[in-house]
Amino acid sequence: MIRVRVRKRLFGVDGPFELDVDFCIEDREFLVIFGPSGCGKTTLLRIIAGLEKADSGYIEVDGTIWLDTEKGINLPPQKRRVGFVFQDYALFPNMTVLQNVLYAMRKKDKKRALELLEMADLISLKDRKPSHLSGGQKQRVALIRALAMEPKILLLDEPLSALDPDLRKELQLELKNFQQRAFIPALMVSHDQEETLRLADKVIRINRGKIVASGSPSTLLPQKELIYIDKKESPTELVLILKDRDILMKVKVPKSLFL
Amino acid sequence: MIERLPTEPLILTLKLALWTTILLFVIGIPLSYYIAYTRNKFTLVLEALVALPLVLPPTVLGFYLLLLLSKEGPLGALWYSLFDKQLVFTFEGIVLASIIYSLPMMIHPLSAGFRSVPKNIIEASWTLGKSKLETLFRVILPNMKASILTGLVLSFAHTIGEFGVVLMVGGNIEGETRVVSIAIYDAVEAIDYGTAHIYAGILFLLSFITLAVLFAINRRWGH
Repeated sequence: MIRVRVRKRLFGVDGPFELDVDFCIEDREFLVIFGPSGCGKTTLLRIIAGLEKADSGYIEVDGTIWLDTEKGINLPPQKRRVGFVFQDYALFPNMTVLQNVLYAMRKKDKKRALELLEMADLISLKDRKPSHLSGGQKQRVALIRALAMEPKILLLDEPLSALDPDLRKELQLELKNFQQRAFIPALMVSHDQEETLRLADKVIRINRGKIVASGSPSTLLPQKELIYIDKKESPTELVLILKDRDILMKVKVPKSLFL
Repeated sequence: MIERLPTEPLILTLKLALWTTILLFVIGIPLSYYIAYTRNKFTLVLEALVALPLVLPPTVLGFYLLLLLSKEGPLGALWYSLFDKQLVFTFEGIVLASIIYSLPMMIHPLSAGFRSVPKNIIEASWTLGKSKLETLFRVILPNMKASILTGLVLSFAHTIGEFGVVLMVGGNIEGETRVVSIAIYDAVEAIDYGTAHIYAGILFLLSFITLAVLFAINRRWGH
């Protein structure tokens, strides 16, 4: 299990705000942090990876403390074992696909690297440099590379946002498959509702650094608000006026439902 | 027709340029790394200091270096106590002076190179458990080859073309500090235009070819 508690002052487009979150990730859970861009999602991932400092916080992964500002503990990224998949993949341009995967391994194991590439259908591309790969292929390599280091957690920073919709759907499934086979939890940040619904076991919705909702993916679904009930328009039906965000709608419901 | 042209200045020039370039590269990597990735008031001062040889007259630089390297100067005194040898008017002395003089030629391309490497591939390497040193050698440097080459070639060419600083610090001692540029000056003073022509022609061609090769390689690596 992973415990995360982080506070950090951030500077957004409309003034400063505080990132202030506290949550847990269960073993093998796929957690999606959902929120608009600029709400602090990426910063949170970077703090968990050790790439950025928190003002105060506590991060514990399977009993190991990665960050405890009170005790002055702050493990560098090298010691944290996170499989970070960057938004633009961050593959090493000077290495081939296979070399990228081998570089990530703590103990170089070519057989295992080839197996992983086989699983992701990349074996025929193993000697290519990243500049000769398509977006989807780069994404796959980035994922395989992150898994090759046998991380404690997979951190995904909108990994599919640069891909076209069809490819996205295909890779979403693949991503989840790989995460489940690796028996590790994943934390993905996203501002894509459909993607979040498809992948998440649990969703945390944040806005301007604060958690506004958390729970099953359905918490993302539109929240309707009842504005007005007209009982007189029809003898058999109630007419409800609902508001979904800024849209008003009229819904007719049989009166018998309420009897 | 020249009867016998001394090749010593030529060899000395190449030796000087080679030593300067090698040592500058060794100093340049950590120094540029620091300048490129650290942002504080100190790096500002450091950057300005490194760029100084570009704007200062070689005589000003040479004058201060002469004071610094002489037996009474701090560096010269240290050297003297270590090796029982002067720094001024010696080959070692002009190597040291050349390093200072050509510093921006190495530091500028290298720090630009460091800054051109995407931050996220450096961070990716860190998250994959690789130390800063391993990341430097396996990720950062291999992805800035063009900048490294530019730094090497410019330092080499710039040192070949050096005159004032060498003259101030090294004087004009045959086989020790008389590099080609000084030999040309010497020949012209002696109204030996033939010798001056040959040396000047060689330097001209050498510098031109070096730069042409640099641009050709950079064009290829830059896609």
